[in-house]
Amino acid sequence: MADTPSLRLRTERWLERRLPQIVVLPLFALSLFFVYGFIVWTAYISMTPSRIMPVYDFIGFSQYDRLWATPRWYVAIKNLFIFSSLFIAISMVIGILLAILLDQRVRAEGLIRTIYLYPMALSFIVTGTVWKWILNPGLGIERYMREMGFENFTFDWLVNSDYAIYTLVIAAVWQSSGYAMALFLAGLRSVDDEILKAAAVDGASPWKTYTSIVLPILRPVFLSTVIILAHLAIKSFDLVVALTGGGPGYATDMPATFMYAFAFQRSELGVAAASATMMLMTIIAIIVPYLYSELRKTGR
Amino acid sequence: MRQRSIGGIVRPKGWHNVLMRGSLFLVLGLFCLYYLFPLIVMASTSLKSLAEIREGTLLSLPRAITFEAWGKAWDSACVGVRCDGLKPFMWNSVAMAVPAVLLSTTLGAINGYALTKWRFPGADWIFAMILFGAFIPFQVILLPMARTLGQLGLAGTVTGLILVHTVYGLAFTTLFFRNFFVGVSDGILQAAKVDGAGFFRIFFQIVLPMSIPAIVVTVIWQFTQIWNDFLFGVAFTIGDSNPVTVALNNVVNTSTGVKEYNVDMAAAIIAALPTMLVYVVAGAWFVRGLSAGAVKG
Repeated sequence: MADTPSLRLRTERWLERRLPQIVVLPLFALSLFFVYGFIVWTAYISMTPSRIMPVYDFIGFSQYDRLWATPRWYVAIKNLFIFSSLFIAISMVIGILLAILLDQRVRAEGLIRTIYLYPMALSFIVTGTVWKWILNPGLGIERYMREMGFENFTFDWLVNSDYAIYTLVIAAVWQSSGYAMALFLAGLRSVDDEILKAAAVDGASPWKTYTSIVLPILRPVFLSTVIILAHLAIKSFDLVVALTGGGPGYATDMPATFMYAFAFQRSELGVAAASATMMLMTIIAIIVPYLYSELRKTGR
Repeated sequence: MRQRSIGGIVRPKGWHNVLMRGSLFLVLGLFCLYYLFPLIVMASTSLKSLAEIREGTLLSLPRAITFEAWGKAWDSACVGVRCDGLKPFMWNSVAMAVPAVLLSTTLGAINGYALTKWRFPGADWIFAMILFGAFIPFQVILLPMARTLGQLGLAGTVTGLILVHTVYGLAFTTLFFRNFFVGVSDGILQAAKVDGAGFFRIFFQIVLPMSIPAIVVTVIWQFTQIWNDFLFGVAFTIGDSNPVTVALNNVVNTSTGVKEYNVDMAAAIIAALPTMLVYVVAGAWFVRGLSAGAVKG
């Protein structure tokens, strides 16, 4: 008897050994269903004639043809391009500048950092609300400058279809440049002191030390900051809704607001699903190579 | 963050140095103003009366401070057709965020623990696949999620939002805990295993007590994300079950009646207060979450 453990004991042992898998399985199943299953569903719907309600007749890629024949979609793509390049570039410049300045053994560094970073704790809806007020031509900066005596001062970007997209850049940079600063500062702090000391001993000027030694070391930080900001930009939805509502007209539409409008307001599920799939493709093209290299690096 | 033993690049060198330090602080100070400016404008506008707003400008400080706008924003401003302010919607957000944060954090902790400390064949693949969920644009799951919530009878409910935030928060929380557990030495766990302790016993008695930092970072991150969410709130709830971000947007963007800017600003501050408070109290942890999320985006 002692050689053959009872069935119950064996089952218990088996359970004990398999417990990690048994615990992970349902969570993995959640992800399979809610992420992968849903993506497949959306991708399929983008190939059906669905309008108000989803229907499941396969019609190939004609919704994509319709999507790419919609002028509003081109506006959204163009806006995304303008918005993300400016947003990423300006946030990076401010971020690296502030990080370098803060790295000079500044008194009250903690307080200053706290101030630079607090907008990240806010909802984009709050950010949009405030900037909408500040940029309001009748009551905000324009009015202030006019009261100051500059009677011809005009700053009506918020209601000007050619310039409204830049107001989104202003608000988004305000909210996220502190994040870029925090990432760069963490990077600067991880640079070996010995290297800086050696550079100082060799008589390298501060400017040269940064441009030819420190910044090249930070290349991976640049890459991940660009990726993070690009990811934020592609998903931007709340800020557009709160600040411009996509307007004037649809002058500040972005893919995320386009998809929402076509799905929930215009009852064009097929086109909405096609636009969502395009967004996913864009993100995959950016993220997957990055994730792949990150995961390899950390030697998972 | 640790201070360096040797200073930055600017070294003490007489009046030239004084000039450099001076301009350094000038630039840093200007940027402080830049980041604080909207907050100041928001606070000062919220304390003015409507008449004073019409007379003054953006930057004029309130002459007669009044908390009327705050009272109105809290319990009598109109959100759609309902006129009892942000109060009920704040409670919706609390009722949504608290369970969703607890659930997603707990599940993420167990998941990260099982995937790193009880490695089994395919664990890395499972992790990579779960992690992918942190990056997808949520537009791609909006339509099927709306349908699924409808079929579960959870359409337009706070419970539905809890489910959504738990499911899509799981990728982040698993990532946070996995990154933390990877750095925890296996020694103690091996010893406990030899002593016959099982999966859950090791988790509750050994792993959980040492993961307090990871728990704090995850809870703060999740709370900020979920509280500030707008997309899921606007897509999956209607009227009475709206979270506060959606209600705030409705207050600000209603086109009917007189535009009460002071109420808008007070409402914005009220909606931002919980996450601001968390940030002020636990800023260092918040920053840690941000940089831990660097692999996450």
